[in-house]
Amino acid sequence: MASTEGAAPVSGRRRRRAAAASRSGVWYPRWYWPSFTAPGLLWLLLFFALPFYVVLSVAFGTIEPLFRTPVPVYQFWWWDFETFAQTAEKFYAGDRIYLDPLIRTLLYVGAASLICLVIGYAVAYYTARLATRGRALILILLVAPFWISYLMRIYAWQSLLQPDGYINDAIGVIGLAPVEWLAGKPITVILGLVYGYIPFMILPLFGFLDRIPSSLLEAGRDLGASPSQTFRRVTLPMSKPGILAGLIIVSLPMFGDYYTNDLLGSESTSMYGNLIDNAVNSSGQTPEAGSLVLILIVLVMVPMLYYLRATKRATEEGS
Amino acid sequence: MSDVTIARPESAAGAAPRSATGWIRNPWGKPRFLRAVTWGYLAWSILPVLIAVAFSFNSGRSRSTWQGFSMRWWYQDPFDSLWHDAALRSAMFQTFRLSLLTVLLAVPLGTMFAIGVDRWRGRPAATANGFMLFSFVLPEIILGVSLFLLFTNLFDELVRLGTTAQVLGLVTFQLSYPVIIVRARLLSIGPEYEEAAMDLGATPNQALRRVLLPLLGPAILASVALVFADSVDNFVTVRYLSGQAPTEPLSVKIYTAARASPTPAVNAAATVMLVATLTVIAVAFVLYRRISGSRGEEIATPAALAEL
Repeated sequence: MASTEGAAPVSGRRRRRAAAASRSGVWYPRWYWPSFTAPGLLWLLLFFALPFYVVLSVAFGTIEPLFRTPVPVYQFWWWDFETFAQTAEKFYAGDRIYLDPLIRTLLYVGAASLICLVIGYAVAYYTARLATRGRALILILLVAPFWISYLMRIYAWQSLLQPDGYINDAIGVIGLAPVEWLAGKPITVILGLVYGYIPFMILPLFGFLDRIPSSLLEAGRDLGASPSQTFRRVTLPMSKPGILAGLIIVSLPMFGDYYTNDLLGSESTSMYGNLIDNAVNSSGQTPEAGSLVLILIVLVMVPMLYYLRATKRATEEGS
Repeated sequence: MSDVTIARPESAAGAAPRSATGWIRNPWGKPRFLRAVTWGYLAWSILPVLIAVAFSFNSGRSRSTWQGFSMRWWYQDPFDSLWHDAALRSAMFQTFRLSLLTVLLAVPLGTMFAIGVDRWRGRPAATANGFMLFSFVLPEIILGVSLFLLFTNLFDELVRLGTTAQVLGLVTFQLSYPVIIVRARLLSIGPEYEEAAMDLGATPNQALRRVLLPLLGPAILASVALVFADSVDNFVTVRYLSGQAPTEPLSVKIYTAARASPTPAVNAAATVMLVATLTVIAVAFVLYRRISGSRGEEIATPAALAEL
């Protein structure tokens, strides 16, 4: 390993100084490496940072009264908050038409993430610790959903859950009446979300569980802990970062999901993502899209920052 | 293997209570309960997709009731089959056009970004990298709608919705994959090889081109496969940034059809996407093995990605 790598676990400043030292007297002009980063950075500024500024300008801009198209205000000192307030009020004032989708989103995402965790933990635990025969096959099948279009996977379920689909055929065999699965049942949407995002839970969990040295578990048992105590006091605490990472990484996209509900649910199960999507697609509501996206950014900011910080710490410890 | 493949959800549910407690009491016995859960999960995860693929060969109009085998929805039907339906066929080409252009832009940009960030240490590099990771975890709808608002307001004179906007959006969304993969590889290579090359008289550019780039080959290859496959499957970004109907790729057509009255031609379209991504991944995997000569890392790559 390089001398710079060896210094990596030390605090940030000292590591940088060490890196600079190992590079002193070497042949690179100052601008050499930054010039590699520049194109990508420029791209991100142009198509990642600037769009957010446009979102703010739309949300805090005005509306053309005739066609109700957004009139963004790019000078931030002229921003006014009336357009944004009109959208925000729909969450807490008057008919509160946006409140129900928001609450539903929180409930569905919470339920789906927990189901992902329970099933995902069992599968990841078995694969990491217990699977002997067929482990390679299990791993390939666990990764496979990443290469299958999300839409196709949900479409597949939409077909199975049709009134004349195989699921109703199957429950007909045990004598149950056919169920209208797609008529706006929360359980269908929640299980759809689980189905869609659970692979993102299993792989990080597997990574963390796979890295726990088995000597630690043996030590726990040698010291007299029962198997369930070993699990509770060794395995579980050591996989806690994996659990948190998994919960965040499955719930973040769920907050913006609208297509699962579009294919498996109805108006009565619509989620926050549907609000945004409707606003973008129906003419005269585009200004609302800016405000709704802004609110979503605020909602997901905390878990996102936590996740980035945890990842950064993990990379520093790992290298 | 035989007892493993029969482990379906039903049998798992029936045997669950006893074996669950049994396993906690005696974890050194066979973990039947967890094995049933795992294989049950895998069956639940994969079977619906296989059934959807099978229904592309249905001879009737239904995508939920089997009416016999035919190639009707692939090419035989003169109007509604995947090959003869002009909209679906052009969507198929649009999908591949977008994915190819995205690979051509995102992989070089991301590779350079990763090299730069890795070698140019210090605070600006760390900030740039954090910025990049932000684009990796952000819910896609936020980026999609933001870019939609950018291209319909500030840039409405410069970029029209359609292929250009879609490629710009896809590259922004995919840029983090090559950065993460190449950077991971750079961390394990270290700077010694280039330093050795330069001790032997190479200029920095020569060291980069003739030493570092070949060493990064496997990582770049993995990035190409990943970005291509993920662009084929992309839906949210390309939908918001598509203009007229001919710029809608397959994923958007599948979504639109699924909400109306889809025929098995939609299953065929989805199957094309599936085969395309799996082929690219498989080819990349074979090449990857040949270049790097190492085994088993193919599973580490997506797993490592999911961890990030």
